[in-house]
Parts: sequence; C-alpha cells; structure tokens
Amino acid sequence: MAELKKEKAQEMGLHDEQLKGRTQQRFFSIDESENLTYFHSHEVDTSKSAKIDAQDMTPREINREIRALMEKGIGDITVDNPMSRHGVGVGILNRLNLKFTDSLGYFGCGLIDGPNVHIEGRVGWSCAENMMAGTVVIEGNAGSTFGAAIRGGDLVCKGDVGARTGIDQKGGTIIVGGRTGAFSGFMMQRGRMIICGDAGMNLGDSMYDGTIYVGGEVEELGVDCVPGEMTELDIRYLSEKLAIYGIKTPKGVEKMQKYVSGKMLWNYASLEPNEKKLIL
Amino acid sequence: MSTNEEEFVVGADGLDTDREQMIGQHIGYRYDVNLVPDLKFITPFLQKYIDKMGWKDLNWLEDIHMGYEGDQAAVFDRNINGWVTIPDNIKLPDNQQERDMIARELLVKFQMSENHPMVDLNNAYRKF
Repeated sequence: MAELKKEKAQEMGLHDEQLKGRTQQRFFSIDESENLTYFHSHEVDTSKSAKIDAQDMTPREINREIRALMEKGIGDITVDNPMSRHGVGVGILNRLNLKFTDSLGYFGCGLIDGPNVHIEGRVGWSCAENMMAGTVVIEGNAGSTFGAAIRGGDLVCKGDVGARTGIDQKGGTIIVGGRTGAFSGFMMQRGRMIICGDAGMNLGDSMYDGTIYVGGEVEELGVDCVPGEMTELDIRYLSEKLAIYGIKTPKGVEKMQKYVSGKMLWNYASLEPNEKKLIL
Repeated sequence: MSTNEEEFVVGADGLDTDREQMIGQHIGYRYDVNLVPDLKFITPFLQKYIDKMGWKDLNWLEDIHMGYEGDQAAVFDRNINGWVTIPDNIKLPDNQQERDMIARELLVKFQMSENHPMVDLNNAYRKF
C-alpha cells in the first residue's frame, strides 16, 4: 500500500502512491481483529431515535443534520417533510436506520455504504446511484435510471420504475415490484435484477454479465441478452429474497424467466469488422 | 478445486473454446460470478456481521466470490481495487459455495481491520 505522507502531500497538493499492476500484493492476516464496522464509521445505537423536520431545510442542511445525529450515536433517524428535495440522504457510509416519511427528488440516497433506508413516498431519477451496501426500500414508484451503477446492496421499489433501470449495474440486487421501462439492465456487468411485472423494450441491452429475472412479459430483448436456465438454487434464492421485502410475483417465482448475457460482446475490441456486424 | 477450475488454473492456459484460442485470451471469469449464494453455508462470523448491520441476508456480500490472482486463491476488494491473496495455510473446500463464504468472511475481516489501506486513505482524503 502507498505510504502516504499526509502533511507534506497536502501542503503540495500531491499524493505519493505506489501502485503496482493489478494487485497491491495484500495478504490476509489470520490475526485480523473481528471488528464488524468500518474503522472510520460512527458507532451508533439503533435503539436511540431522532426526528428531523425538513420543511424549511435545504438538502445540505438535511444531510448535515443526519451526519451530526450519527456522530452523537443515534442510529434510528426519521426525516419528516422531505418535500421531494434532490440529493437527500447521500454519502452515508455507516450503519443506520433512516426513514423518509414522504417522497424524494433526484439522486436520493446515492453513494451509500451500509444504511437501511425506508422511503414511504416516491423517488425521482437515479435513486441510490452508486450504492455500495445496505438496503433502500421505496413504497411508491421510482423515476428513470433507478439504481444507476449500483455496486452492492438491495434496492427495492414496490411500485413501477422508469427507463434504464440499473444502467451500468456492477453488483447488488435491484427488485421492482411492478413494471420497468425500456433499456433496463443496459450495459449491466454484474449483479441481479428482479422484475416482478413487465419489462419494456431492449431489456438487458449490451449486458456483459449478471442476471435478470422477469415475472411478466418482456416487450423485446436487447443486443446480447439471451434466455437462461432457471435452477433450483435460483428459485430458492428468489423466494427468500422477495419474502424479505414482502413482494409477490403475479405467477409465482417458479414461472419467472431468467435472462443472461450471450457474451458475444466480450472482447468486442478484438473482433473483426464482419464479426462486429454479426453481433449487432 | 473442481476439475474445470484445475484445468483453467493449471493446464492449457485456460483457453477452451475456438474463439478463446483464436484471440489468445480467456473469455469470462474462472469461477461462476452469477452463482447465487446458498445461505445454508453461512459462517457464524458472517451471521454476526449481517445481524449487526440489520440485514436479513448477505446483502453486498452476494457478489463476493473466491477467485484467483495468478494461481493463488484470492478475493477482490473493491475498496482497494485489488486482489487480496489467501494465505497458503488456509485449506479451501471443493465446493464453490463454501469457498465463497470463506472469501466473504476474510474480506469483511480485512475491510474492517485497522490495517486496511482505506484507513490511511480516509485520514488523507476524507473531506467531512
């Protein structure tokens, strides 16, 4: 790992890091401590609750107040009157129970790593984009690019969602209780998407990897998205996962369709021009 | 290690299909990245971790699998964007589900350790 000369580097605006190739040659130590949270996170108690009335607060003030409460050790926060403000509940890298009693605007709960968020209303574009870990549950509907570039955790919308759901998904699980719009799973690279209702046109377009399960009808599959084979493990996984969030599929989990990458686009750059034409 | 994995790691450079032989590189991973976890193999430490976080299943750890760095078993740590090698003295089971659970446990222990590189990065770069 890099030897960071913190003070000097900050004075000069530079950082000296020694990164070699793809690996940093880190080895596990069997004597690692059994700490269960990040070293930089605040130790919070989920039995301690607090409320924020966001009626007259700016998004920045709301986010700062959430952080201040976490620093005080409060682990259960309710935000009343979020008034569909944008960029609220973002950048939380901590264990926390967070509840919004109404709708959020764009980019709500983005860049989070760990908290369990419950939104009782609806959400705008790009909810939980770049989410790393934790759970986000939305009772209403969601806008486009729901869970854009998500890397981990469970992102659940019990209603319908817009287009390009999980665009550039790199991990995690996106669950949609209703329908999803066009180009869902576009450029998906890893992770799972569970759509209980119908899916719009070009589902899984240009997906490199990952799995999409659909309970309803698919309008049209995108480039390199092909049907996969449901296994016993898939069915068990779907049953357990949906039961956690109290979501049911119209025809039952056993009748869901599985879609995976055809992997024709892998190593696309090294294909000959005529091969590229065949795929597209 | 299954027969397929042994072939990949030890023999024939892992080049299997005609397409792979033509382009001279492997297509895909050396293990099933889409394998959904089987919770019956969960370890006591992982159970303690998910209980602490308030989750009902493995959450982000569903995407963690035991992979390879060269011919060494390793797990990818997204927080350092690099592979973390498993020590030789840890004996790994044949079943991928069990191996993945070990990878998850070791990764959580590593990430939550004060020796993790993110502790230095946090001290140097964190803005708030």
